[in-house]
Amino acid sequence: MGSPVTGAEGTPLAAASSTSPGLRPPTRRSTELFMLAFAATLVTGALILVEANQEQELSMRILWLGLAYLGLLTVAHLAVRKWAPYADPVILPCVALLNGLGLVMIHRIDLAMADVKLPNNQVWSSAAPKQVLWTAIALTLFCTVLKVLSDHRTLARYGYTAGLLGLVALVLPGVLPSFIAPEINGAKIWLSFGAFSIQPGEFAKILLMVFFAAFLVSKRDLFTIAGRRVIGLDLPRARDLGPLIAAWAVGVSIMVLQKDLGSSLLFFGIVLVLLYVATERAAWVVLGVMMFCVGAVVAWKLFGHVQIRVQNWLDPFADPSGTGYQIVQSLFGLGTGGLFGAGLGGGRPDQIPEANTDFITAVIGEELGFVGLAAVLLIYTVFAMRGLRTALSVRDTFGKLLGGGLAFAVAFQIFIVVGGVTKLIPMTGITAPFLSKGGSSLLANYILVALLLRISDAARAPKTTPKPRPQQPAIADQFTVMVERPK
Amino acid sequence: MNTPLRRVGLAMMAMMLLLLGNATYVQVIKADDYRKNPLNRRVVLDQYSRERGQIIAADGTPLASVQRVDDRLRYLRTYANGPAFAPVTGYFSTLYGAGGMERAEDDLLNGSDDRLFARRVSDLITGRDPKGGSLQLTIDAKLQQAAFERLQGVTGTVVAIRPQTGEILAMASTPSYDPNVLASHDVDVQEEAWTGYDADESKPMLNRAVHENYPPGSTFKLVVSAAALAEGKTKDTEVDGRPVITLPGTNTPLPNFNDTQCGNGVVATLQEALAKSCNTAFAVLAAELGADKLRDQAAKFGIGEQDLSIPLSVVPSTLGPMSDKPSIYQTGIGQKDVRVTPLVNAVMAATIANGGVRMQPHLVGKILAPDLQVISETKPDEVDEAMEADQAQALRDMMIASENNTGGGGKLSGVTIASKTGTAEHGEDVRSTNPHAWYVAFAPAEKPEIAIAVIVENGGQQGLSATGGRVAAPIGRAVIGAYLGGR
Repeated sequence: MGSPVTGAEGTPLAAASSTSPGLRPPTRRSTELFMLAFAATLVTGALILVEANQEQELSMRILWLGLAYLGLLTVAHLAVRKWAPYADPVILPCVALLNGLGLVMIHRIDLAMADVKLPNNQVWSSAAPKQVLWTAIALTLFCTVLKVLSDHRTLARYGYTAGLLGLVALVLPGVLPSFIAPEINGAKIWLSFGAFSIQPGEFAKILLMVFFAAFLVSKRDLFTIAGRRVIGLDLPRARDLGPLIAAWAVGVSIMVLQKDLGSSLLFFGIVLVLLYVATERAAWVVLGVMMFCVGAVVAWKLFGHVQIRVQNWLDPFADPSGTGYQIVQSLFGLGTGGLFGAGLGGGRPDQIPEANTDFITAVIGEELGFVGLAAVLLIYTVFAMRGLRTALSVRDTFGKLLGGGLAFAVAFQIFIVVGGVTKLIPMTGITAPFLSKGGSSLLANYILVALLLRISDAARAPKTTPKPRPQQPAIADQFTVMVERPK
Repeated sequence: MNTPLRRVGLAMMAMMLLLLGNATYVQVIKADDYRKNPLNRRVVLDQYSRERGQIIAADGTPLASVQRVDDRLRYLRTYANGPAFAPVTGYFSTLYGAGGMERAEDDLLNGSDDRLFARRVSDLITGRDPKGGSLQLTIDAKLQQAAFERLQGVTGTVVAIRPQTGEILAMASTPSYDPNVLASHDVDVQEEAWTGYDADESKPMLNRAVHENYPPGSTFKLVVSAAALAEGKTKDTEVDGRPVITLPGTNTPLPNFNDTQCGNGVVATLQEALAKSCNTAFAVLAAELGADKLRDQAAKFGIGEQDLSIPLSVVPSTLGPMSDKPSIYQTGIGQKDVRVTPLVNAVMAATIANGGVRMQPHLVGKILAPDLQVISETKPDEVDEAMEADQAQALRDMMIASENNTGGGGKLSGVTIASKTGTAEHGEDVRSTNPHAWYVAFAPAEKPEIAIAVIVENGGQQGLSATGGRVAAPIGRAVIGAYLGGR
């Protein structure tokens, strides 16, 4: 279980920095710091390029954004150093780079939109400062989680509570009246309190993962009992299908109540993976995918918005200025960007709708080209793979399930987002973790990172179990010792 | 649980590979399709934010330049004295594309032309913003202005050519439009202007010199005369002089203008027939020559050329089918199916002026780099020898006689003009449709410096009583006077 840890990490640097050889593995915090500095350099460079290409003088804004970003990174790094010293050193730099790139792109889109709005006497309220604020809040939460949650296994105890909260959070916007849960862009996934609005679904994702991991770990045996064997597959017993059917029902209800295809797909995918990892049986996946297909076909038959999405996926150019507008503009942006992109600040993000949220990856594809988009995808891949490695190396099954689920959630979400904007799958409209504008998404995903780091700290920290007692030979083999009675 | 986790990892890798593969498809393989899709506004917007080259007149007067502005498109196209030069410069609009020279030489003006390649490379290295090349036209700014002013109040056009080189000295067309409003960065202003011009029945955006052809009327008698001279006839050869004839095989009479008789009423000299513009003479003469010879001679003057480009594309001029004898009779006097553009009519005058040598008409004098260094210069190009030199001289003498026989105001003193007028019937009911008034001429007759064609649609204010001599000749003479007087 623990073997992969040493595989990639056994570098000379590590050996040199370890103080007590043999017992304490290196913490690798210096590696993390070095990579964070690299990320900060990249982000600062990108920021300067944006400003230069937009022919603005290098304003105070750039200093402001840059310093805020650097400060936040420092805090995050120090928090990890203090509360999770053995955590994986690659995860935080990946997140920092994505978050930083997201900030740069949001700022860049601000500039473009301000240009568009100005001649029409409209004002574009800049999103970047808000995003910096959200990042600060998210990092506060990140630090809190690291500090308060000293052992991720504690979470397993609150599995059912998390599940209940998650379910409520998930369906709440769907069932609440629209003055508090308005329908925005056709999806009813927001809770709005005046100027402040959140997307509870983002948090539900994590809460439900905690619940499922805890639930599956405790009831694991139940799900590994095979029912009938059909065409080489050991199908589960009908009475054990409960959780799967429940998850399916929840997924479908999200689709119906909130018209949020992306979250429904994401949620269902996560549940399937957790079930599969817990039971080690592909039959669950096969069954689940079949159920999803049935649900999808029924939804397609019944709901107009699903049909529109599918139609736009098959042929976006059928209605290029109407329902197909978003995807068509996204494809134009990606195509115009080509292999190397138009350069930061050289694209036309004002042409792409929802540029700073759902379509931010299309803007990246336009300005940084295929090369830039591929780099971003690879950062996500590295991030998810390090998460998965954490799951592989941690010793407890709850940690494995939760870690694996979190890692998969990020990879799957990015698949749905980027797949949507590049017309690989129908467009569903969810945000790219860390990149997209949006407080809820940022908060939830920083909690996700904190949990992953916590688990990886547990996986890599030296064992705190008491020293093994010297083995005692069996009673029968023991020597008989004369004990002299004290005089 | 590690085996399924590893498999989940594989699935995650597969998802990323799918995304990368699809992104490659969109951004590399399909990129060009998307980039060049007419619905993709990026390319257009990009072009409109680059410093476009200037269009200047032969003496360096700027006709179209750019002005730096503080909006998204950075450079505003401005046209000094727009309406006067609009038929030449055309317009450059973000919504409606480009017209005129702006369209014909777009590659040069926007800087993507191959002739600017070396400079683009150096711009790339030195980091300068790429600029478009400039265009020096053959247009004489003062002459163009004079022609435009002379045409005020009528619908028509004046084309002036330097006979020895084919340089187009003026090309005015009225009513005109203001390209400045079409180049406005305010979309509403553009839209309003465009729809206004588009709905206007007087077609202000039509460049009548090259994009419209008209029955040439009596000016076509020059072609018939040239064909007759080529057949060995002289200006003293006797031709039909009857005041009225009947079209062969019909009862339709073909009278002279006002039923005047030519010569002695039976025969007249060719010179007198041209001077008095006798219809009967030329109808009979045309029939005598036959369709083929007429067609040959017309082709030598450029009538029938399909893809003339100066580099504005010129609609073809044509003689029509000439399927029977009556139609050859009518063709001989420039009626029936004969259609000639004012430009080609001017070319014909220029050819006669140039001793029978037809020069390629052109508008571009020099191609200039962004720093106004000359990249290339248009060399005069001899297209055809339309007439023998002595025959051209004979025709010139006949045209001098014609000028002397032509009434109308504005006669110049001290300059001999060689000219031919035309009064072209058109429309369904020729008796009640105002005729087009033509005047083609060159001067000074002994050593021609300018050849012109003038047409006033529907006789201008003279209505039904309009003739080439009364309506078009004064304009033509004034334009010639403006040119010769200005040196």
